[in-house]
Amino acid sequence: MSEPNPPRVRLATTSLAGCFGCHMSFLDIDEKLFPLLERVEFDRSPLTDIKNCGPCDVGLIEGGVCNAENVHVLREFRANCKVLIALGACAITGGLPAQRNHLDLGLCLQEVYLTEPSLARGGIPNDPELPLPLDKVYPLHEIVHIDYFIPGCPPSAEAIWKVLSDLLAGHTPYLAEPLIRYD
Amino acid sequence: MPLNTKTDARLQSALRQWGAHDHRLLQVLRAVQTPAGYLSAEVLAAVADSLSVPLAQVRGVASFYSFLSTEPVGDFRVQFSDSITDRMDGSAALLDKLCRLLWAEPGHVAGDGLVSVATTSCTGLCDQGPAMLVNGRAIGRLNHARIERISELILARIPVDRWPAELFEIVDIVRRRDLLLKCELEPGAALTVARRLSPAELIGVIARAGLRGRGGAGFPSASKWAACAAAPGPERYIVCNADEGEPGTFKDRLLLSQHADLIVEGMTLAGYAVGASHGLLYLRAEYLFLRDGLEQTLARRRQAGLLGATAAIPFDVELHVGAGSYVCGEETALLESLEGRRGIPRNRPPYPVTHGYRDRPTVVDNVETFCAAALVLLAGAEAFRKRGTAQSQGTKLLSVAGDSPARGIYEFPFGVTVRQVLQAAGAEDAIAVQVGGPSGTCISVDEFDRQISFEDLPTGGAFTIFGPTRDIFEVARSYAHFFAHESCGFCTPCRVGTSLLARVVDKIHAGYGTRHELAELEQLIAVLGKGSHCGLGHSAGNPIRDTLLRFMPAYERRLASADFAPAFNLDAALAPARRMTGRDDPAAHLGEGS
Repeated sequence: MSEPNPPRVRLATTSLAGCFGCHMSFLDIDEKLFPLLERVEFDRSPLTDIKNCGPCDVGLIEGGVCNAENVHVLREFRANCKVLIALGACAITGGLPAQRNHLDLGLCLQEVYLTEPSLARGGIPNDPELPLPLDKVYPLHEIVHIDYFIPGCPPSAEAIWKVLSDLLAGHTPYLAEPLIRYD
Repeated sequence: MPLNTKTDARLQSALRQWGAHDHRLLQVLRAVQTPAGYLSAEVLAAVADSLSVPLAQVRGVASFYSFLSTEPVGDFRVQFSDSITDRMDGSAALLDKLCRLLWAEPGHVAGDGLVSVATTSCTGLCDQGPAMLVNGRAIGRLNHARIERISELILARIPVDRWPAELFEIVDIVRRRDLLLKCELEPGAALTVARRLSPAELIGVIARAGLRGRGGAGFPSASKWAACAAAPGPERYIVCNADEGEPGTFKDRLLLSQHADLIVEGMTLAGYAVGASHGLLYLRAEYLFLRDGLEQTLARRRQAGLLGATAAIPFDVELHVGAGSYVCGEETALLESLEGRRGIPRNRPPYPVTHGYRDRPTVVDNVETFCAAALVLLAGAEAFRKRGTAQSQGTKLLSVAGDSPARGIYEFPFGVTVRQVLQAAGAEDAIAVQVGGPSGTCISVDEFDRQISFEDLPTGGAFTIFGPTRDIFEVARSYAHFFAHESCGFCTPCRVGTSLLARVVDKIHAGYGTRHELAELEQLIAVLGKGSHCGLGHSAGNPIRDTLLRFMPAYERRLASADFAPAFNLDAALAPARRMTGRDDPAAHLGEGS
């Protein structure tokens, strides 16, 4: 009699203020996707198009937090995922979008929508459908507790695979220097 | 652009005094920058040119020290001492008041270049705080009346040299004298004893006395001197560390002002013991008011044939003044600073005894250690070791500050309990004592029977008392900011770690802290302790480590009940966008969330 298959690990992924580059890097694990898919099933993710996250074992989030919707999504992940991982530079530091942090948001909106000629007649968008931008772009760990961080812009496929396979094997994830060295 | 005549004259005079050598860079910059002036780009270029050092190096040094400025400052540069004891004495309200009176804002130049008001690390006047420096000159015992007076003098543009002398009066309060402070030195008496001994015999006497370094680390002085004497080198140096920067310490101030002969005598003995003819005394910039007195002592001793190349023991002392940097109290950072560079601690080994000042064998000792060495010769090794404990011989000067009706200097034999000191200082109701300053140990009531000694509670001399109304969390928070400010920036664990520590305690202070932050603090302290380059980083977590251990409720009562909370109000972070869009619908707000 064979051992019953262990239950699959439920994995959710999303991109907040990110460029999906980290997701592309995730897909770069290439043929390892097959063994991965034997062990995990995807919940909310761009790969499944599930809109809301249910109870999960692991959540992977790329991108920082730039607006109210990002906050809601991040909170949803935190509430549902046992382990939440910040994936890539933007999730860890705010990254490229955080370059706006030294500008005043009000002045920014004013310049783009009111005083510059191109969009000046449009007015500042105020449709309730649109999420309001936060005053700054925040890294994930300043909004919710984050369990692990995978640095890189984007992190290499090997680094992402290492962390996921560690978790699947029940190890505390560890990235040795070659995997977090960028020069 | 050429320098103006006045600046050029100052540069030329500095070059005459210090010589146009690269290792004189810091002293030249100090001399070129007038008390109320700053180092403009032209001045930096002229100094680089004169000393033949790269401009980048000159800028690096000028920007490292907090008393050198590369930006214009006010004609009156006011720096409030920002030690925890100054705050307990009400310095914040006085700073506010002065700013109000002068229409100034902390950290900015106000009144068309008239005045700048800022804070600086502990200035060593904790027994007579709150304190400040005006154009580098120390003023203690600040109160509302004195602040009003100072603001009037500034608004009337009276030069600081013509301010009433009583404003600058610094009183040395000695509450208890023992072996060292009772010693009345006839200048040269210890040298006379020494000359009857060979250098090796002299080191033997110091060894028999059991003398250990008074700066806090307690390294056996005789071993240090013997190692330096044995190290090969064309020249050797004796360095006196008078960079008393540990917040809460001011005992060297007393020794430097009242017992300068004893210090120089101790340095001369060390010179004789190791075969050094050059001594360097590094005085912290905050103690500039002691410089003239020290120079006079040196001149008097030269005249009396006790100092100088032709003295019976050929040895001379050169006085260097620092420029505002706590880390320079670390001996290798101090050597870097003496050599005119940024005060960044060196890798050890090699130790200064073999590779010290300008790579020559060097003894670096604390002010009090040199005094104690001279005392050993005068009183005899046996009398010296009769005081103290098995491993801590002699006496220790304690700088008692904080909540005590009798602050000041207390000299006790090693082995005195914290409780005995508190009794002497009329502070039996204390809830905590910071022994050895922020890098030392914070103890609570249950441990007041512990002893001041190298084997139990070592201290460089700070003994800061906190009474029953004090909030120990605020004490730890103040120290966290101190270390973040004073980290030299060389190694990442310390540069980033000290700032993160300060940020996390600020988050707790603001009411956003959770258990997550307590765990974060523990982790940061571990990284600082393991990963930092020097003692500053290793000890930067001590105040938080100690207070988490002993005063956990001071942290707990500030924690939010959630598992984690952001350090700021998320809904408020949407306010600018709400204002610009005119929206106030439910989606334009963020609740507390999950």
